[in-house]
Amino acid sequence: MNKETKTEILLTCYHCGDECKDDSIRIDEKLFCCNGCKTVYEILDQNKLCNYYNLDQNPGISPNFNFGNRFDYLDDPSTIQKILDFQDENISKATFHIPQMHCSSCIWLLENLFKLNIAVTHSQVDFLKKELSVTFNHNKISLKELVKLLTSIGYEPQILLESVEQKNENKSSQTLHLRIGVAGFCFLNVMVFSFPEYLGIDVSDSFLKDFFVTLNFILSLPVVFFSGWEYFGSAIKGLRKKIINIDFPISLGILALFGRSIYEVASQTGAGYFDSLTGLIFLLLIGKFFQEKTYSYLNFERNYKSFFPLSVTIKIDGKEMSIPVNKLMVGNRIIVRKNEIIPADAILFNGAGRIDYSFVTGESKPVTKVSGEMIYAGGRQLSSAIELEVIREVSQSYLTQLWNNDIFNKKTESFFTNFSNVVSKRFTIFVLLTAFVSVGFWLPSSFATAINVFTAVLIVACPCAIALSAPFTFGNAMRIFGRNKFYLRNTSVIEDLGKVDSIVFDKTGTITQLGKSDLVFTGTVLNSFQQKIIKSLVRNSTHPLSLKIYNSLESDDFFPVTKFDEIPGLGITGVVYGNTIKVGSKEYVNQSAHADDLATKIFVSINDEVLGFFTVTNSYREGIGEVVKSLSKRFKLSLLSGDNEGEKFNLLKFFTTKDELLFKQSPEDKLNYVKSLQSSNKKVLMVGDGLNDAGALKQSDVGIAVTEDISSFSPACDAILDASNLNMLPKFLNYSQSAIKIIYISFVISFLYNLIGLSFAIQGMLSPLIAAILMPLSSISVVLFATISTNLLAKRRGLLSQ
Amino acid sequence: MIVLLIGISLLVAVGFLVAFLIAVKKGQYKDTHTPAIRVLFDNETEEEKKKINNSESK
Repeated sequence: MNKETKTEILLTCYHCGDECKDDSIRIDEKLFCCNGCKTVYEILDQNKLCNYYNLDQNPGISPNFNFGNRFDYLDDPSTIQKILDFQDENISKATFHIPQMHCSSCIWLLENLFKLNIAVTHSQVDFLKKELSVTFNHNKISLKELVKLLTSIGYEPQILLESVEQKNENKSSQTLHLRIGVAGFCFLNVMVFSFPEYLGIDVSDSFLKDFFVTLNFILSLPVVFFSGWEYFGSAIKGLRKKIINIDFPISLGILALFGRSIYEVASQTGAGYFDSLTGLIFLLLIGKFFQEKTYSYLNFERNYKSFFPLSVTIKIDGKEMSIPVNKLMVGNRIIVRKNEIIPADAILFNGAGRIDYSFVTGESKPVTKVSGEMIYAGGRQLSSAIELEVIREVSQSYLTQLWNNDIFNKKTESFFTNFSNVVSKRFTIFVLLTAFVSVGFWLPSSFATAINVFTAVLIVACPCAIALSAPFTFGNAMRIFGRNKFYLRNTSVIEDLGKVDSIVFDKTGTITQLGKSDLVFTGTVLNSFQQKIIKSLVRNSTHPLSLKIYNSLESDDFFPVTKFDEIPGLGITGVVYGNTIKVGSKEYVNQSAHADDLATKIFVSINDEVLGFFTVTNSYREGIGEVVKSLSKRFKLSLLSGDNEGEKFNLLKFFTTKDELLFKQSPEDKLNYVKSLQSSNKKVLMVGDGLNDAGALKQSDVGIAVTEDISSFSPACDAILDASNLNMLPKFLNYSQSAIKIIYISFVISFLYNLIGLSFAIQGMLSPLIAAILMPLSSISVVLFATISTNLLAKRRGLLSQ
Repeated sequence: MIVLLIGISLLVAVGFLVAFLIAVKKGQYKDTHTPAIRVLFDNETEEEKKKINNSESK
């Protein structure tokens, strides 16, 4: 067992870049970590696709060749129909989500699929969405074989219930592109034809004058009736529900501008405001573009279906077969293999269950289940295959019930839209009143002036600047957040972030790192001699815990160990200079030692004297201490954990006593905790990661999902934060607050413009010239102010590089 | 004369607009990231294939 020489040079796999244990698996000079990687290399080599390895360093993904009959459900015609986008006699098209793709080599290989199988006629990658669309001849290769082919080269498509159930293309962004294109084109041309007007050139030729004006009129038609149509639609929708929304004054303004322009042209009194009209709609649409530019490739709306596999293996009359999970019925016998998720509440029938519920409850220790016990859906089986009998359908299970909680059906009202709507509603009423009052005032003296004043008031007071400021500010802020790997569902989240006054953290996976853990020694302080002999002893064992202890102790040279013995599952022993050392479980080292079962403990004794124990604790994310410290000054902090209290001591290093630390919280407990905070008028920010936080994330005012890989998984939430940037959370919060201030300032600016304009308009003094200057000026200055100030602030806060 | 010139200029501009609209309809704005990577892949000619194979067998 003595490993005297530590391998100095790291052997890395030619295919995936992982560390190789030894150099036994190789082809020529190329080493592989496993036979899977070697096979992929061989497949690629045979098909002359080795260019794959030239594009990026060790690009491969270690494949999983254990298909079994995992993909048998893909033989089911109804499932195939759901997955395929298109099918005719020879050709099928399908789009797969492949989360593993990560580099240019992946794109290259996946787009050269036809070299691996000639039945594939075309394959194209959308890298940001991590999607692969494949066109293939289904007479030559079945969908199942195609999926197997992809899996065999390491790119297993993720086929989930949800993605199969709803496949609706998002056409809205395309329409917006078209609208912006048309508006921009018309706007620029109208400006060109308005040049004589701007420069005050007196065009003596009245034919030319009419010609320009007519062109402007024609060009403004598509802008009003195509590009601006959304505003009218939305305003009418609002009116039907008896709500005056922000789109109402905008469409009123557009109509007034358009109507007055036509009136002026028809009555030969002026050139109209076609340039302001088209420019306004163009800018509004650009603002909308900012607003809607959410990260379409991130999925914020996941529910339980995203977690469940698409198929399960059931056993009928001793025969195993794969069926789609939604066809699973009560009484079915199902087989769940190692690392598979249990799809429905079931009773364990056969085999030993070691179920990891960390996804559901946050408790990181697996639960052991024996035959006859009930197992809830959502757990992951860690040991070998088990046989279960389904007692509830997928849609009825405990986990699904939690999901069907009311909050998941409630559409969260955007706070900003609300605010903007309230402002514009008051403002619109005020403007309308002003307009009518001034008409009443002017009507007795002159009908023409009255009409003039009426339209002028409506045009000038159009709260377009209000409508512009928020989308531009938030849109820019969102872009800046995105650069810092903080992705928001939409712009209104910023508004909510700025209002937050209490923050709730989840522990497992959020402030601790999943899969990584630290070792802490409790007991008598070990002197260097003791450390040295313990390290010398554990060096002889390959047990993962021994390795951990080995790494945690400081010592450079070692003592010789004699009489080394390792008893599997219990511990190790050995003699160093006549001292007998035992390292292992409580029973192994000393039966009389007292300990509770809160955490994994490794006891140490020298000459039968117990010195203490090592505890395996979670490892906290970098910088979490500073984050908590800086946040606790301004926010009420709480921590909810599905785990037991074993970690409380360590957590108190970060949290102060005034912060609330709650343990053994079920998903409902978390949800209710957030609810109780909200009922005491708190604006709650929930920071969580897993399915077990999903309820709380949704209930909270802002739910941030922390994830290691932004494209892989996150529960339904308002924002997704890359785990490596969790330490920037305080900065994000500060910045959101500043963004709101910027909006208020822009509001003030646009109000000032409106008031000045109004004061002129009421007096009947608003010449076309002033209106033409004031209108675009207010819009553009607000847009510029919003964009420049958000960028400046971001630079000062260190969110944007100089 | 000037009317004709303006008409032509407008036509040219409309041409660009139509090109843009077609581009949007064809979905060229759907994915703006992958083509940027794709363009960097070399087209493999027979010669290059041999080169790659030679260098790998060495």
